[in-house]
Amino acid sequence: MAVAHPLDKYLRTDRIPTMWCPGCGLGIVMGTLLRAVDRRIKEGSLKRENVGFAGGIGCTARMTLYPLFDSAHVIHGRAIPFALAVKIVKPEMKMIVVGGDGDLAAIGGNHILHAIRRNADLLVVMVNNMIYGMTGGQVAPTTPRGLYTTTTPYGNPEREMNMIKLTAALGANYVARGSITHPQLLEQYLYKALGKRGLAFVEVISTCPELFGRHIGFRSPVDLYMEIRKRIVIKAKPSIEESDYSWEKGFVIGEFVDRDEPGFTDTIYEYLNKIRGGGVQ
Amino acid sequence: MGVRGLSQLRIAANKYFINIIPDRCKECGLCIAVCPTKVLGRGSERNLRGFRYVVALNPEKCIGCRNCEYNCPDFAIFIEVGAK
Ligand SMILES: Cc1ncc(C[n+]2csc(CCOP(=O)(O)OP(=O)(O)O)c2C)c(N)n1
Ligand code: SF4
Ligand code: SF4
Ligand code: SF4
Repeated sequence: MAVAHPLDKYLRTDRIPTMWCPGCGLGIVMGTLLRAVDRRIKEGSLKRENVGFAGGIGCTARMTLYPLFDSAHVIHGRAIPFALAVKIVKPEMKMIVVGGDGDLAAIGGNHILHAIRRNADLLVVMVNNMIYGMTGGQVAPTTPRGLYTTTTPYGNPEREMNMIKLTAALGANYVARGSITHPQLLEQYLYKALGKRGLAFVEVISTCPELFGRHIGFRSPVDLYMEIRKRIVIKAKPSIEESDYSWEKGFVIGEFVDRDEPGFTDTIYEYLNKIRGGGVQ
Repeated sequence: MGVRGLSQLRIAANKYFINIIPDRCKECGLCIAVCPTKVLGRGSERNLRGFRYVVALNPEKCIGCRNCEYNCPDFAIFIEVGAK
């Protein structure tokens, strides 16, 4: 008797294969995220009906189309306010926002700032494939300096944006960086992040062989994967300073912040109960 | 038969079964590259979408590490424990 793939129970299998290009790191991110959710569901710390996904626009945000959970595919950069609204009216929900570096750090940059400042109770998974994938491989704020992209044919002259530093500075409860080249480690970070109140931010270094790899000489998914894997530095307790990356220096992965400050939901409900004299749930 | 009528290959591999769902495979080669014991290899048969799906060349060398399963972006390969 054939057994099904262990993640099929969490997938809209009629939509598989995904729209992603062969060897795109996004499938690894999704599989890893679903394994972390599965661990939580199995141990009873998360209920399946209370898990929701939200994504904006981009190849990454498209991830919301595949998991067999409540999910929403909203406008570009606006998945965070959508997810936070759900969380405020249904505090029992565990909302997972998935987005690309363009969706979350560029067009959605303002939303993420204030979600972190509020320590909004969300898991934000930002996939950093170092370019805008869906629209043709344009330079992104996260593109390492010097690299060739569709719109920087002489190399990117700008500094790369380090979202780990930003999220840590604004007070997120959990900040980690993983990589698709180390999915077992990434699963541990995502599992931990799912158990946090407040804002948990996980950046995932990923690959876009189709539109990023092709411009830097690694068109095949395996070549790009191996190239990125070479540039990953695993650290048990990295400092925030160590999160700065460049193509030459590589990418430190690990857990940068792990604290337990009250989340936005706690804060807002406590406030409402204070001004109304209790009874608000 | 596995998912929604997709065929599934179940290959006895040492103490495990390697399960391959040919019509999900996109021929990316990642599973082949991350297998520590060179169990997997490029196939020559084409699937529904024209991709030459992965095959198990040396199943007896499988150590059940699941690297292939974790690194397949398309849910096309997974390991089952249990064969003798
Ligand atoms: C308001 C708006 N502006 C611009 C676009 C065009 N657009 C679609 S996806 C995208 C960037 C996606 O990049 P990223 O978030 O890095 O995701 P990836 O595709 O790399 O996963 C842009 C600019 C749009 N759809 N809507
Ligand atoms: S364009 Fe790039 S990011 Fe988008 S699916 Fe293809 S490989 Fe993945
Ligand atoms: S489980 Fe490990 S050893 Fe077996 S085929 Fe997969 S990667 Fe190779
Ligand atoms: S990793 Fe998956 S999609 Fe890629 S070749 Fe292997 S089985 Fe096929």
